[in-house]
Amino acid sequence: MNKRKTLGLSLYILFLLLPLYWLLMMSFKSNQEILGGLTFWPNDFTFANYTTIFTDASWYMGYINSIYYVSLNMVISLIVALPAAYAFSRFRFIGDNHLFFWLLTNRMAPPAVFLLPFFQLYSSVGLFDTHIGVALAHCLFNVPLAVWILEGFMSGVPREIDETAYIDGYSFPKFFMKIFIPLISSGIGVTAFFCFMFSWIELLLARTLTSVSAKPIAAVMTRTVSASGIDWGVLAAAGVLTILPGMLVIWFVRNHVAKGFALGRV
Amino acid sequence: MNKSRSNKAWFLVLPVVLLVAFSAVVPLMTVVNYSIQDIFDVNTRIYVGTEWYREILSDPRLQDSLVRQFIFSGAVLLIEIPLGIAVALMMPKTGNWSVVTLLVLALPLLVPLNVVGTIWQIFGRADIGLFGWALNEMGMNYNYAANPMDAWFTVLLMDVWHWTSLVALLAYSGLRAIPDAYYQAASIDRASSWAVFRYIQLPKLKSVLLIGVLLRFMDSFMIYTEPFVLTGGGPGNSTTFLSQALTKMAVGQFDIGPAGAFSIIYFLIILLVSWLFYTAMTHGDSK
Repeated sequence: MNKRKTLGLSLYILFLLLPLYWLLMMSFKSNQEILGGLTFWPNDFTFANYTTIFTDASWYMGYINSIYYVSLNMVISLIVALPAAYAFSRFRFIGDNHLFFWLLTNRMAPPAVFLLPFFQLYSSVGLFDTHIGVALAHCLFNVPLAVWILEGFMSGVPREIDETAYIDGYSFPKFFMKIFIPLISSGIGVTAFFCFMFSWIELLLARTLTSVSAKPIAAVMTRTVSASGIDWGVLAAAGVLTILPGMLVIWFVRNHVAKGFALGRV
Repeated sequence: MNKSRSNKAWFLVLPVVLLVAFSAVVPLMTVVNYSIQDIFDVNTRIYVGTEWYREILSDPRLQDSLVRQFIFSGAVLLIEIPLGIAVALMMPKTGNWSVVTLLVLALPLLVPLNVVGTIWQIFGRADIGLFGWALNEMGMNYNYAANPMDAWFTVLLMDVWHWTSLVALLAYSGLRAIPDAYYQAASIDRASSWAVFRYIQLPKLKSVLLIGVLLRFMDSFMIYTEPFVLTGGGPGNSTTFLSQALTKMAVGQFDIGPAGAFSIIYFLIILLVSWLFYTAMTHGDSK
């Protein structure tokens, strides 16, 4: 039984990793080798594709722009979602259930629907082609999700802890920062992970709301396609580099995420 | 948990309400505004009532992509939910290997949507991709750019590759929350592993699976970037889903009125189906 489980899991992991392996190998090949036939290991190991990206500002600025607006989005989402999730997990107030459901409906709105109005709204208030503009647009789907996840974690903390803290003379802000946030740090880790993930992978809104100064890497990548064909090597290298920040984030939040998943509250 | 009643809590949710109002309500109202007017330029607008709605509902572009969208989302749920549960059941429960598997499973989730498209675009090509090459070597005439069935197969496989991990991680977290006492009781009763799954694990997974089903439904119903990069919606229109049909109409042809009506209908369908899933899966909890 256990052998079968290990075998099944190994097969699945192989299925996950094979396309990534192929992309990684391709990024170290020259275009002649890529188009010349299938090789499992680069014959002519080259960093030329990466050099192209790291020596051209219009390339690497794409990464900086993406990381910038994703970080902004994570910070904004957490700052507004933390108090709201606390309110939903601790209090009953007028319209609370309706409000919670309404928040979730925003997670269901297809970005394609908001394309034109976002473009017009942001152009008219001067948010077009700014990092904060993209970060705010991504709040559309990340804030409801953050409230949802955090509320689950907060409901797992007994109310008695709040009450004891108030009896001990803690004010609400002090209690929240000093006692409550450390208690749900795993939840914050998991939330940050999901906010990062959904903002980092989104392209449609990020591409539409930017032109030059906040252009995300995903939009920059389209320029590997030119009249003379596709520059496969550089495309593969750019793809590999978009996966690296995600791997770094997983590495930093791995304990929180593993703990959050282990607590069974996601 | 018994909650205390306090309307002051509104102050805590106020920032969220303001933010979401700015990034959702204002744009949504703009779309509604588009959908009931014929706009020539800034100063010339004619109120047309429900004309765009009637036009768009009888438009084959919407109907065809809607049918494709439902088939696609249905297939995604039917494959990814059982597969995700199966993977979660196979994952090691403790130790370093469980952390390693968690990290590897999370990896595809963090690949940007267009890069997912690019990876499979390369991987599925017969000349430079391992997958396409292998299939053709085995005697299958596989070409996702020319054959609609192959294109569908690739888009589905790509989505399974990308998102099954999400279901697996959610299911894994649900499984971890089951106390050991349940399993001990089951082994005393000599319950078969199927019985353990059917009567202990599956009921306990219900709440996380609800999240999984809803998230997968919503996101697969909004899919845009991956098929756009992989096939461009083709061959023909065979992989053109709702978001792409809408974007083509709104940005490509600038038919703002019909596109507005399309958007509202699109949004309402997602809301309706999500609500149906939610009610169906939570039905019986209150009994």
